[in-house]
Amino acid sequence: MLFFVARRLLYLVPVLIAVSVLTFVIASLLPGDLAYVILGDQATPENVAALRHDMGLDLPIWQRYFGWLWQILQGDFGRSFRTGQTVLQAVGERVPVSFELMLFAELIGLAIGVPLAIACAAKAGSAFDRLMTGSAFGMLSVPTFLSAILLIYLFAVELRWLPATGYVPFTEDPVANLRFMVLPALTLALAEWPGIMRVLRSDMIAALQEDYIALAKAKGLKPSRILFVHALKPSSLTLVTITGINIGRLIGGTVIVETIFALPGIGRLLVGAIYTRDLIILQGVVLLVAAGFVIMNFIVDMLYAVLDPRIRHGHA
Amino acid sequence: MSGALLSVEDVAVDLPTPRGNLRAVDHVDLVVGAGKTLGIVGESGCGKTMLSRAILQLLPKKAKLSGRVMFDGQDLPALSAEKLRKLRGRSLAVVFQDPMTSLNPVLTIGTQLTETMQEHLELDLANARQRAIELLAAVGIPAPEQRLSQYPHQLSGGMRQRVAIAVALSCEPKLLIADEPTTALDVTIQAQILDLLAREQQRRHMAMIIITHDLGVVAGRTDEVAVMYAGRVVERAPTPSLFKQMRMPYTEALLAALPKLDAAPHTPLPAISGRPPDPTRPLKGCSFSPRCRYSAGRCGTEKPHLSAAEAPDHLYACFHPIAAGANA
Repeated sequence: MLFFVARRLLYLVPVLIAVSVLTFVIASLLPGDLAYVILGDQATPENVAALRHDMGLDLPIWQRYFGWLWQILQGDFGRSFRTGQTVLQAVGERVPVSFELMLFAELIGLAIGVPLAIACAAKAGSAFDRLMTGSAFGMLSVPTFLSAILLIYLFAVELRWLPATGYVPFTEDPVANLRFMVLPALTLALAEWPGIMRVLRSDMIAALQEDYIALAKAKGLKPSRILFVHALKPSSLTLVTITGINIGRLIGGTVIVETIFALPGIGRLLVGAIYTRDLIILQGVVLLVAAGFVIMNFIVDMLYAVLDPRIRHGHA
Repeated sequence: MSGALLSVEDVAVDLPTPRGNLRAVDHVDLVVGAGKTLGIVGESGCGKTMLSRAILQLLPKKAKLSGRVMFDGQDLPALSAEKLRKLRGRSLAVVFQDPMTSLNPVLTIGTQLTETMQEHLELDLANARQRAIELLAAVGIPAPEQRLSQYPHQLSGGMRQRVAIAVALSCEPKLLIADEPTTALDVTIQAQILDLLAREQQRRHMAMIIITHDLGVVAGRTDEVAVMYAGRVVERAPTPSLFKQMRMPYTEALLAALPKLDAAPHTPLPAISGRPPDPTRPLKGCSFSPRCRYSAGRCGTEKPHLSAAEAPDHLYACFHPIAAGANA
């Protein structure tokens, strides 16, 4: 097991290097010279040339990349030339918002998707199953901006149960924080549960056809044990994969939902950096988000091994 | 018959297929007495596995079952799901053909063994584990205590089948159905598994049904043999009298198709020519007649009934049985 973890950790190194190269190259390819952005359109060519030299922008791209990488390895992701904030400060401020949103959205999505999937698989082909599969398909095609607006209309405007927009840190006022989080998390969850439900449903239907389920029935086990222990565990691998991908995606924030609900998360930080051509922030945030995604995938790999002993022992 | 543990009465199984109705089991009658062993023999597709699933009430959802399956005084198809559940695993146990797929890959051997005992015998986990270790030792698994925390993929096929047998034996069932228990295993393991089943059966005084395509498997190990062909029982007799004097040409052909160790090298195996009839297109006459070398006259137009002639317990369905003494 230790060997398995070490090997998977080793795989992360080339992936993270590739991610850093891509991030750097993409940021460098963006039109507009950073020195012009900083100095404004009144700058003289001499000033620009001097600043370019000071910032090392006149060096070849590979030298700039290694310089950047060296700084990052020392924990210095750079500093915004606009706000003076370091990348780590900016991300550190925003991550709790996006993380909380992601956590709630996934929990709600799983709470809706998993029980429905099990119920549908147990009664595959029934009217209930067809209704739920159809609704999931319908929900999958509703864009988040639409469901966000409908939820705001229903819960904030008509019923007046929840605030429409805004954010209070959890540490300041937990209740207000949760009230602000419900609608955005629900919006995301409405897009998450259909995928969760459809994947788990089809995996469970396949598992229920297996010989070992016939044997579990022949052993006289309770139907609930057959469903939740004998069928659910071997069916949960794909579920873990898509949950991991969802979480990885949501760590990077969700531009639309954060914008609609005015949440100061990573998504809005990124969009702001793009609008203001804050390349240092952009570069640093993209790298951190990508690293978060890669590490999430590593955690998913570890969960596979926990769920399926054959992967743990290197048989699959 | 009194004292019967299991009696299968006029059981038929129909499966709807895109090509029409498929009669997998065609009005079968069988009896197994307490502590006795019945062998069901037939080639692939003859309905022997469907018959076992019909006894266990594990037929596919679409299948239609008719007739009665009386087990221990209760009609299984008429039982409620809950009553059936209390019976299955407790007094009616099964070992499936392929131990590679019949054990759950993500649960430990220990879990798969103890859950049945916890369910039916109301043992706590510690006692169930103790009994699981004893059972694994009884079925010939070395280092049984360590096996409990292992998963099926860490065991060989033969070992897995031993685990499956231990699971089946765990609640001291009255009847064990072994559905081709050795077909998926190496030849060298087959005899060991069959001997293990026979030994445990005698020790526990349980009844057993061995389903196989191999007449050699049932020869020394059963009290009675039923030969199935195209969904029907075509010959049924106590094992010694069947092997002393088989009457149905199909049984004879099945025996002739067994490879013999003392045959000269390169001797062609006398396979049964042709193929079994299409079960969605039932024949008017004897199902075996198109492949039978004795077929003549009414064989193609009239179905022979399973009935006794000389000996009351030797039944066969044939108009032209092999003459007495011909294959003694």
